Amino acid sequence: MSDAVVVILVLGALTYVLKAAGPVLLGNRALPPRLASVVDLLPAALLAALVATSVLVDGRSFVVDARLAGVVAAGVVLSRGGGFIPTVLTAAGVTALLRLIV
Amino acid sequence: MCTSEPCQREVGPGRSVRAARFTASSRASRGACSLRDVDTGGLALDAGEERGDPSPRELRRRAAAIAVALVPFGLAFGVLCVEAGLGWWEAVGFSAIVFTGSAQFAAVGVLGDGGTVAAAVGAGVLLNLRSLAFGLAMAPSLRGSLGFRLAASQLMIDEAMAVGTAARGTERRRYGYLAGGLAVFALWNLSTLAGAVLAAGAGDLVHTFGIDATIPASFLALVWPRLRERRQLRVAVAGGLIALAVAPVAPPGVPILLAGLGVLAGRRAR
Repeated sequence: MSDAVVVILVLGALTYVLKAAGPVLLGNRALPPRLASVVDLLPAALLAALVATSVLVDGRSFVVDARLAGVVAAGVVLSRGGGFIPTVLTAAGVTALLRLIV
Repeated sequence: MCTSEPCQREVGPGRSVRAARFTASSRASRGACSLRDVDTGGLALDAGEERGDPSPRELRRRAAAIAVALVPFGLAFGVLCVEAGLGWWEAVGFSAIVFTGSAQFAAVGVLGDGGTVAAAVGAGVLLNLRSLAFGLAMAPSLRGSLGFRLAASQLMIDEAMAVGTAARGTERRRYGYLAGGLAVFALWNLSTLAGAVLAAGAGDLVHTFGIDATIPASFLALVWPRLRERRQLRVAVAGGLIALAVAPVAPPGVPILLAGLGVLAGRRAR
């Protein structure tokens, strides 16, 4: 089995346990407030880390290339209330344009 | 949703096509096993109409819009998989079995950078802890047989939860959740497949058209709505800085795990 298949099966199983725990086991009971607060904040930390590392890190070294400009442009679109599709298209467009020019 | 056994087991492209047909014309394919509970929800929903809840039709429209908006993301995931050395069947395996957007990216990203299986799984699991909270939020609206709850749980993603919790009564929440989950499941798998196949055909296109930039941009778009809240913003900044700080010394994937400590920045002052 390839690494990818192992990850699919193991991560798939663990993810499913997380997904199903509420509906299957806990029914109507609510999460303790402290834990709920951590779970509520976790995505912000993890997603921001993904933004930072996916654009600035390659392996263990830092990289700065056209994608950074694309992501900054995406941030501008988002700050003006742009939706998911315009945001992503802008990132691709700006990156592609910069690569064409440079 | 899929309470019958054959349907529940049938995970993969064939299953997606059927779900896509359901979203395209929800009244047409009565025979598909995925419809029974949705219809039940629809009947019960009429009772709560006067409260100004989104109608089933409106919920279906929202579900479709979100699913379509995720298509570029699904395409990008397919591309990422091929770039990481995965086959198209492995890409679709991720989308059908793991079925959770950002964690799929994280896990494949770690694999593509030469990370270990443990790092890939760890990053994905940490990123998915929120599914636990979604499950708790949706549980009252997903009561039913054990088979139904087990099957419906696979759809526990941000978008299904978002469409569902926008409605008020438990029946209508259930309807929105199932509509959102099924629509995204269908288009997510189809777009993953398309991305993987197209990328396999033309690797340079990804670079030329800047498709690789859509991945960080997608994460940014997903985290953006949270940043309006000051606490979430503090946590996001902390998470990003932690990840960058440890990236030069930690194996791929680990910076994202450690970024979870960023939640400490969100503790209330007292």
